[in-house]
Amino acid sequence: MQEIPLSQILFVSTALFFIGMYGLFTRRNLITMLMSIELMLNAVNINFVAFNKFLFPDNLDGLFFTLFIITIAAVEAAVAIAIIINLYRSHNSIDVDDATEMKY
Amino acid sequence: MNISSIIFYAISALILGAGILAVTSVKIFRAAIWLLFSLVGIAALYFWMQVEFIAAIQIVVYVGGIVVLIIFSIFLTQNSGKEMAKPAKGKVIFSALAALFGTAFVHNLIVHYEGFATNSAKPFNPNVAEIGTQMLSTTSHGFILPFEVVSMLLLAAMVGCIVIAMRPNNEIKN
Repeated sequence: MQEIPLSQILFVSTALFFIGMYGLFTRRNLITMLMSIELMLNAVNINFVAFNKFLFPDNLDGLFFTLFIITIAAVEAAVAIAIIINLYRSHNSIDVDDATEMKY
Repeated sequence: MNISSIIFYAISALILGAGILAVTSVKIFRAAIWLLFSLVGIAALYFWMQVEFIAAIQIVVYVGGIVVLIIFSIFLTQNSGKEMAKPAKGKVIFSALAALFGTAFVHNLIVHYEGFATNSAKPFNPNVAEIGTQMLSTTSHGFILPFEVVSMLLLAAMVGCIVIAMRPNNEIKN
């Protein structure tokens, strides 16, 4: 346990965050963009737990931040999927390039 | 190189490999399954860090809730075996360059930062009783106010989802 320093966990979460960012840039489908956002939120959660465990072990604030972020991620996914289903009903597509009514 | 480090590297490889496949797979259903593996890997990382409660929440909410919701919405909205259109080559190159640059930049910052040292000798004690007491406590380290705010947010989101996804009245009659 002690052989792995905090910085290596931070490397993993950084790489996961930028994988999510790459997905957000390249994907054009709303559901896959939502999946990329979930990956980015998870990278942030790993950071909170690791900082709490390795730097501030005498209180649990990082764990509570993680719990609230998980809750809000669930809320965000539910609302986003309701919007996606509504968009599919009106446009027959969930591609972001097909929903351009409010673009200009 | 003891067994704990080996487990950490295996979990990291699972998380990052499944994450890369989740954002590059051309079949949307496969992308969802790779996302599932990545989230399970993150739960395993929480188990490795000995925060079992967060790991259990991760499995229940993400793996059991969000991924199932995403898979349902894939089934509702499109043909899941169909391949998605590939993104333009220039966009892939520039996005990959931006992601690689960002990763290298942050890695550089982490490597050259010296301040990662704890100043507390108390052991880390994340058991469920401690978390529950602190969550509902009204003293200075209590989290009762965000707890109540989040419960209102969940109620608002539930009503909002029903209103958004509901078919309007005149459409049902026609």
